[in-house]
Amino acid sequence: MQLKNIFKFNGGVHPDENKSASTRHPIAKLAIPKKLVLPLRQHVGHVAKVKVKPGDQVLKGQMIAEADGNISASIHAPTSGKILKISEEILPHPSGLPDFCITIEPDFEDTWIEKKPISWKKIDRAQLIEALTQSGIVGLGGAVFPTHMKLKINQNQTIHTLVINAAECEPFITCDDMLMRERADEIIQGALITQSILGAEKCVVGIEDNKIESYEALKKAAQKTTVEIKVVPTLYPSGDAKRLIYLLMGIEVPKEKRSVDLGIQVFNVATVAAIYRYLELGEPSISRIVTITGAVKTPQNFEVLFGTPLSDLINAAGGSSSKTKKFIMGGPMMGFDLPSIHVPVTKAMNCVIESSPELFPDPKPVMPCIRCARCADACPVNLQPQELYWFSKSSQLEKAREYNLFDCIECGCCTYVCPSNIPLVQFYRYAKSEIIAQDKSKEAANTARERNEFRLARIEREKKERAERNAQKALGAQEKQAEDEKKSTIAAAMERVKQNQQENVKN
Amino acid sequence: MENRSPYIVNAPSVSTIMLKVLLALIPGIALYVYVFGLGVIINILLASLTVIMTESVILAIRKLPIKPFITDGSALVTAWLLALSIPSIAPWWIIVLGTLLCITFGKHVYGGLGYNLFNPAMVGYAILLISFPSIMTHWQIPNNLMASPSDWLDQIRVIFNSNLLPKETLDAMSSATPLDYIKTQLTLNQPLNTIQQDKIFGFIGGRGLELINLGYLAGGLYLFKEKIISWHLPVAFLSTLFLTALLFNVLAPDTFASPLFHIMSGGSMLCAFFIITDPVSAPTTPKGKIYFGAGIALLVFIIRIFGGYPEGIAFAVLLFNICAPLIDSLTQPRIFGHK
Repeated sequence: MQLKNIFKFNGGVHPDENKSASTRHPIAKLAIPKKLVLPLRQHVGHVAKVKVKPGDQVLKGQMIAEADGNISASIHAPTSGKILKISEEILPHPSGLPDFCITIEPDFEDTWIEKKPISWKKIDRAQLIEALTQSGIVGLGGAVFPTHMKLKINQNQTIHTLVINAAECEPFITCDDMLMRERADEIIQGALITQSILGAEKCVVGIEDNKIESYEALKKAAQKTTVEIKVVPTLYPSGDAKRLIYLLMGIEVPKEKRSVDLGIQVFNVATVAAIYRYLELGEPSISRIVTITGAVKTPQNFEVLFGTPLSDLINAAGGSSSKTKKFIMGGPMMGFDLPSIHVPVTKAMNCVIESSPELFPDPKPVMPCIRCARCADACPVNLQPQELYWFSKSSQLEKAREYNLFDCIECGCCTYVCPSNIPLVQFYRYAKSEIIAQDKSKEAANTARERNEFRLARIEREKKERAERNAQKALGAQEKQAEDEKKSTIAAAMERVKQNQQENVKN
Repeated sequence: MENRSPYIVNAPSVSTIMLKVLLALIPGIALYVYVFGLGVIINILLASLTVIMTESVILAIRKLPIKPFITDGSALVTAWLLALSIPSIAPWWIIVLGTLLCITFGKHVYGGLGYNLFNPAMVGYAILLISFPSIMTHWQIPNNLMASPSDWLDQIRVIFNSNLLPKETLDAMSSATPLDYIKTQLTLNQPLNTIQQDKIFGFIGGRGLELINLGYLAGGLYLFKEKIISWHLPVAFLSTLFLTALLFNVLAPDTFASPLFHIMSGGSMLCAFFIITDPVSAPTTPKGKIYFGAGIALLVFIIRIFGGYPEGIAFAVLLFNICAPLIDSLTQPRIFGHK
C-alpha cells in the first residue's frame, strides 16, 4: 500500500483507531426480531407515503411506503409478516422525538416477493433512475440522501469522475471495512454500474491505509476493470466527501457548491453495493451492516434488517441492558447519544458504541482559551476556530458568519486538540442555529413589514380614492345645486312671466 | 438532547504546556547560574512565591476557583520570565514588585488567563525599567571576570541588603551590559573593534551572555520539538534581527555590531522562544506570526541602536501586542474551497 499522488489537506487528527476489536469476526446475520419498526423518514427529504394498512400481509421486499416526490425514498418490508400498526415511536435521532413508523410482525417465513432484477444495460437512463426511485436506497455512509437523486444529473452537467468513498475515517466504525473484505465484488460491480449510469470516464476508490485486507480485496475484485483503488493516509476526516475529493484529485469543492458542479460524484461503498443488489438481484434496500462495539462483550459487525430493535443488536453482541448504560450512534468524533436502546436500526445507523467511562471519560473542566491555535492547525477547512469560539461565545454572530462559520463541517478536530477542554463544536452548532433562527425571524419580519407597508399603502390608496369620490360627489352636488338654483331661477322667472301674462290677460 | 460529540480528546492540558515551558527554561537558567552565580535562583524563588500569593489573592477577590488557575502554571511562566529579565543582583523588592505588577496590571485587570492584551512579564519589566532605570541597567559581571570573584553569599547579601557589602565590592560586581557599553563608547567616538576588545565581550556576544542565549536556544528547540511553539515566531524574529543587523554591519562595520552579536546578546533568544511566543498576546495566524516576529525584531534593533535604552525587547513586544488583533484580522488564511 503506497500513498501516491495524494493531495494532503491541512489539519486533521489521528485518534486511536479502535477498529480491530470489531473486525475479528466475520459479518453475522442478526436473527429476525419479533417486531420491526420502520420509520417513514429514514432519509433526507420528504416523509415516505404509507402504502399499507394495519392487518395487511406483506412479503419480504414489498414496498410498504413510497417515495413522496423526488427527494424522498421508499421503504420495503425487511421480511414477510403482518402490518401491526402505524404509530409514533422514538427514533434514533439526537432530538429523541417520536415520529411515524410502520410496525411489522414477522411471520418468520421470510418469504420474498418476486424479485425483479433490472437489465440496466438495456433500458435508458431515465427509466433506470425511475426504477432506482423504487429501490429505497439512500447514502449508507450516514448522509442518507436518496441515491436516485445523486444519479439524476442535469443535462448541462457532465460527471467525469465517480469517487467511491471507502475511507471510513471515524474511529471504532468498521462496517464498510468488513463489507469490503467480504463483498468486494459487489462493491466493484456496483461501482461499475454507477459509473455507467453517470457516464463518468473514471472511477476512483479512496481507502485509508489502515485497511490492508480491504484494500487487497478491492484490488483483487477490481482486476481487469478500470476502477482505480487509491490509498489515502489514515487521517480523520479523510472520509468527508470534500476532503476525500481533495486527497484524490487535488480539487477543492467550495462550500456553496456541490461536487457535481465540478463533475465529480461521490458514493459510499455500501451504497454502490446496494445499487448492485437492487439492479442485479432485484433486492431493495432492507438491511445494512452495523458495527456494534465499544464496551460490549463481543464487538462485531452484523447484517441487520431495518426496523430491528437496537436492543436485539446489543444483546447479540453481549452488551449491557442496564438502563444507566449509554450508547452512541455513529463514531466518537461526530456521533450522538442515543435517546434509548428501544429505537429501531435505520438506514443511517452505521455504528453503535456502548459507552463507558474508560472509553469516553467525562469532559474535564473548561479553562479559558489561551489562543494556542492548535485548533486552527487541526482544522481541515483552515478556519480559525479560536476566533469563531470568541465570536460565538460573545454572541457576535455577524462576526462569526464573516469568519466563515458556515464553512465549518463540525468534524470535531478542534475540540479534540483543545488543551483548555473547550467544547468548540458545540459553540459552533449553537451559533449556526442562532444565526439560522435570526435569519428566519428577520425574513418573517421582512414579510410582515412588507405586508404592513402594503396594507398601509392600500389604506392610503383607499382613503385617497374615497376622498376623490367624495370630492367628485361634492362637485356633483354643487353642480346639481347650481343647476337646481338655475332651474328654480328659471322656474321663478317663468312663474313671474306666467303671472304677468295672467295679470295681463285679466287686465 | 444536545449533541456532545466529539467524545474523545487528545490534548496536553494547559498545565502540561506551561510545565514544559518552565522545563525548557532550565538549560538557560543552569548556564545563568554557571556564569553569574546563584542570584538568579533567588530571584526565581522570590518571583514564584510572590506570583502564587498574588494570584491566589486576586482569584479569591474575583471569586474564581483558585486551584485550577494556580496549577495551570501560566503565572509561574510569567514570574520566571520576569526573573530572568531583570539584573540578577537587583534588590529583592524589585522582583517582588515587578511580579506583583505583572500579575495585577499585566494579567488580571484584563480578565486573567487568556484575556491579557499584553505579555504580562513585559508589562512588569517595562514599568520597572521606567521607574528604576539605574537598578534595572546595572548588570552583574560574570563571576570569572571579577577582580576577586564574589562568593554566592555576597550575591544574596546584595539582593537582600546591599548595605552589608563594602562599596568597592558592589562596584566590582556590576557593570553595563555589552549592548549598553557599545552605545556609550560609540558616543565617545571609539571604533567598534576597539570597544569589543573589552573583557565583557566573548566570542560572539557578551561574555557569558552568549552561553545563556545558547541555553535558551536549546530550550526553544525543545519547545518546537514538543509542538508547544511553531517555527514562525522564532524564525521570523531571529532572521529579521540577523538580516537587519547584517545590512547595517555591512554598510558601516565600525559602528554597527555583527548580526551574530545581535542574536546572541541581551535577551534575543529568550525573546525569540519564550517571550513573543506567549500565545495569548501574539497573533494566531501563521502569516500573522511572521509579521509579528519580524516587526518586533526590527523595533528591537532600532531601539538597541538608536533608542535611549540599551535593550528594546519589552517595548517592542508591548507595541506589537497592541497590533496583534489587527495583524490577525489582516492575515486570515484562505479557507478550504475559497479563492
